[in-house]
Amino acid sequence: MLSFIRKRSVASLISLVGLLVLVFFLSRLTGDPAALFLPVEASAEMKQQFRELHGLNDPLMVQFGRYVGDVVTGNLGESLRKARPALGVVTEAFVWTLWLAVITMSLVTAAAIVVGSLAAFRSGGFFDRLSSIISLVGASVPDFWLAIVAIVVFSVNLAWLPTSGTGSILHWILPIAVLFVRPFGIIVQVVRGSMIGALSSAYVKTARAKGVKAGPIIFIHALRNAMLPVITVIGDQAASLLNGAVVIETIFGFPGVGKLMIDSILQRDFNVVLAAILVTALAIFLMNLLIDLAYALLDPRIRH
Amino acid sequence: MAEHLLEVRNLSVEFHTAAGVVHAVRNISYHLDRGETLAILGESGSGKSVSSAAIMNLIDMPPGRISAGQILLDGKDLLTMPPQARREANGRRIAMIFQDPLSHLNPVYTVGWQIREAMTTHGMPAEQARSEALRLLTRVGIPDPKGAMGKYPHEFSGGQRQRVMIAMALALRPDLLIADEPTTALDVTVQAEVLALLKELQRETGMGVLIITHDLGVVADIADRVVVMEKGELVETGTVRDVYKNPTHPYTKKLIGAAPGKGEMHIAQISGEPLLSVRDIRKRYGSFDALKGVSFDLRAGETMAIVGESGSGKSTLARVLLRLDEPDAGTAHWKGRDLFTLSPSELYKLRRDLQMVFQDPTQSLNPRMTVFQLVSEAWAIHPDILPKRQWRERVAELLAQVGLSVEHMSRYPHQFSGGQRQRIAIARALALEPQLIVCDEAVSALDVSVQAQVIALLDKLRRDMGISFIFIAHDLPVVRDFADYVMVMQKGEVVELGTVREIFEAPREAYTKALLAASLDPDPDVQAEHRAARLKRA
Amino acid sequence: MTVSTPDTTITHEPPFPVRMARMLWADKFALCAVIFLLVIIVLALVGPSWLGELATKQNLRGRNLAPFDWSREWVWWMGADALGRPLLARIIVATQNTIMVAAGAVILSSITGTLLGLVAGFSSPRIGQVIMRLADVIMSFPSLLIAVIVLYLLGSSILNLVAVLSITRIPVYLRTTRAEVLEIRERMFVQAARVMGASQNRILFRHILPVVFPTLTTLATLDFAYVMLAESALSFLGIGIQPPAITWGLMISQGRQYLTNAWWLSFWPGLAIIMTTLSLNLLSNWLRIALDPVQRWRLEMKGRKNG
Repeated sequence: MLSFIRKRSVASLISLVGLLVLVFFLSRLTGDPAALFLPVEASAEMKQQFRELHGLNDPLMVQFGRYVGDVVTGNLGESLRKARPALGVVTEAFVWTLWLAVITMSLVTAAAIVVGSLAAFRSGGFFDRLSSIISLVGASVPDFWLAIVAIVVFSVNLAWLPTSGTGSILHWILPIAVLFVRPFGIIVQVVRGSMIGALSSAYVKTARAKGVKAGPIIFIHALRNAMLPVITVIGDQAASLLNGAVVIETIFGFPGVGKLMIDSILQRDFNVVLAAILVTALAIFLMNLLIDLAYALLDPRIRH
Repeated sequence: MAEHLLEVRNLSVEFHTAAGVVHAVRNISYHLDRGETLAILGESGSGKSVSSAAIMNLIDMPPGRISAGQILLDGKDLLTMPPQARREANGRRIAMIFQDPLSHLNPVYTVGWQIREAMTTHGMPAEQARSEALRLLTRVGIPDPKGAMGKYPHEFSGGQRQRVMIAMALALRPDLLIADEPTTALDVTVQAEVLALLKELQRETGMGVLIITHDLGVVADIADRVVVMEKGELVETGTVRDVYKNPTHPYTKKLIGAAPGKGEMHIAQISGEPLLSVRDIRKRYGSFDALKGVSFDLRAGETMAIVGESGSGKSTLARVLLRLDEPDAGTAHWKGRDLFTLSPSELYKLRRDLQMVFQDPTQSLNPRMTVFQLVSEAWAIHPDILPKRQWRERVAELLAQVGLSVEHMSRYPHQFSGGQRQRIAIARALALEPQLIVCDEAVSALDVSVQAQVIALLDKLRRDMGISFIFIAHDLPVVRDFADYVMVMQKGEVVELGTVREIFEAPREAYTKALLAASLDPDPDVQAEHRAARLKRA
Repeated sequence: MTVSTPDTTITHEPPFPVRMARMLWADKFALCAVIFLLVIIVLALVGPSWLGELATKQNLRGRNLAPFDWSREWVWWMGADALGRPLLARIIVATQNTIMVAAGAVILSSITGTLLGLVAGFSSPRIGQVIMRLADVIMSFPSLLIAVIVLYLLGSSILNLVAVLSITRIPVYLRTTRAEVLEIRERMFVQAARVMGASQNRILFRHILPVVFPTLTTLATLDFAYVMLAESALSFLGIGIQPPAITWGLMISQGRQYLTNAWWLSFWPGLAIIMTTLSLNLLSNWLRIALDPVQRWRLEMKGRKNG
């Protein structure tokens, strides 16, 4: 088990280096970082000063080395707008996004497993058809459109829920409900397909021959086997929540990392933008590692 | 009249498929008493497993449907019981073991847990179930039973897994044990051990055993009575000896006639230079020695059978000789040139001479190519054999040669039966006009009657065209009628090499003797002698 | 001794297109989806030249005209936008850009991904590892965030949009293809081809690719829906397609400020997206069964019962 974790970590580390390279060259993509990092109205003199200050006239490789050094020591520069370390600004926002993602994915996972399993058990039945239609529609709806419609209905017309902010529990309901729909639709379909496979497997036949009841057959024998492909999809969906809540956060004025990024781009606060990408990518790395661990926990064959 | 333990009356089961309604079994009846063993004998498609699935309530409905009949367990009809009572009978009164224990054990739970579940599900307290599970694992002969409790199915060998399945099935001392091809996937020596274990346990518990098999040898070894099934119908029933000695139905006669190992043995004529001369081939996979120095000679027109159990290295040898794997050491001279040092272009030319027929024709034929494409691919790869305008004509010729007809050319493999597919594979090998064909378990996956036909075809090719064969098998009787020489392998080494007569009539090595003793004879009297002899030795 | 022909008869089956048509008929949902998608494709082809002028002509008297006014011409039935342009006409015209971006990204990513996957699965383990690590890097990127930045830096054009979207989707095809290749190359029929002396290219393109192809088709259909949603999200954020060009996502974004008094501005283009992605999902589900020889019978049985 330990060697498994170590091997996975090393693999992730290599990917992380790739990420650093990309983020660095992203910031050099336009040719002149000074133009990018400074406000539009900056004079040529200021730009020159900026270049010297940050060593932008040095060879590219030297700059990259310095950048890596900075990243390792956690120095991601200052936020130009807020005059605070960019990393601090980003982590503050990231905590909000993380909560949103964790709550949503927990709800989605629990709901999708129950609905998908029951649909698979009586496949072709009424419940199966109903859940198929719901999950298909759910997987097809653009979340930002759903957000707009939800605001019109629940906030504007019915005035039940607030449109933006984070003040109370009520503020969380709409974003979570909107973010819930697509992953739920997708994961239900995967759970159902995987469960149908598991329920028709030979070991379920054995369990039936032993006289095991329907409940344990579904939730003990089949589900743990069926979870293996599901876990992968849960990971993908969680990752896209971590980085894809941009639109939803913008619409609901939710102070997460997605909104921070859009705002920072508009305000040309590029240290924050780069820090946000780095932090989100790190989070996704860690989550992928968790997914691999879950895999190994569920399936003894992978541990070896 | 006392009731039978199990009585199946006029059972009919049908399945709704794309091709319409299939009558899997039609109006079949049989019975079984305590302490008795009944075998259901049949080939693929005979419906031999359907009635047992109906007994266990394992038929998926739909697409399946029980259209008529009764299944009486101690006089009570299982089919009209409420679902709750039906479920409780499973495991407690009737238990079942299956052909492929690896897929029939849940891969993500320990075997200890799975055996315990068989008991706790029917209300046994967890503590008692734990000690019972330990006792059962010890009883079925699993080494280190305490440690085995915490292991997962993939950590056991095939034979051990089947023992675990048996322990699980017998946990609650059922009255009836159904065994569906319980030894088909196992090596012959392991098969003999598992069958002996079943016999012993039956004596201990007095249960009735219903064994489903395609193998006359298994019937002869373990059963008291037999029912023979063909295409969903029961064609013959009686005691094993009666059915074997005096079969009445033509299908039974054909089945018994097709059993291998009864024909004339070949007498090898030793003459001429070796066509293939193999010296000291070695191959390692990681820390596993697959081949530890194998040597033999093969002359033109000769057939060398290579026999061994799983892990003997026989298939690795075939792969190495055909350069599908690279050997670590050794030479193989083909007409004086070492196969292992050929350049890619030389190897490409030599491919024409050496061909292979694989075990499972379902997998060795590309499912998305027609028969014409499959056979003619040989000439697409080697264009100098045949100009393109003659392909159609030549494919037709080859198909005729292997007993298929011209109109089959545009069909896809899945439209054929297993035996027909193997004929297509043979036609494909012949397309290159090879001098040596390596058959890797080429008839193992086929029904006995089809097996005999395919071997007859290979025999004809050998006589008509002088092709040499390397014929790999795990089963000795199959090679007896066909081979000139037999090479017995075990754990990557050659145990014994001799003419077919030497091996079958005067084996020298203990392992060869054990293999011969373990292989089952279809004649119940002969098999009874074998068993007695084996028990005496043990 | 003569070899007797085995008894088993050979099953007959109709040619491929006939079977597919029958299976499509058997699944009415998929049938509707295919018809809807065909309509969308036609609209994408003819839309701009047919209604282009009508969709851009401002009509200040008809500002935010409400839908369901049946007395007007059909293009007005879904109402009009803030500049009085008929919504239905605009949706039809926007089909072209929407479909073009998604199709471009799917085609680009599926071809690149498949080729890389074939290489990763069939060449030396080292090259395979390098390619897989690259895929890992892309996969663990916050793809939407990267897309936002890249489009901001490079400026948004249809070409950039297609490029960015397709790069983020390459790993999907790459991983699937590689996994399948690794499995298929060990299959017996590939070994049989090797024994006959078949070249690497022949094995790759004649034996492996045709077997992977159905899986990839199913995947691409599903991915088309995904890319459409991603494009509309980017356009919604204002960094995708730029006006005066329009896509459905951009239309939703433009209608957002009139949400409280003219809901239809955002509603209809959203519905167009849903209908299209839903159809793609249905088609993908159908393809998954229809192209799988093991599952195909489900559809063939249904077809028989119904007709």
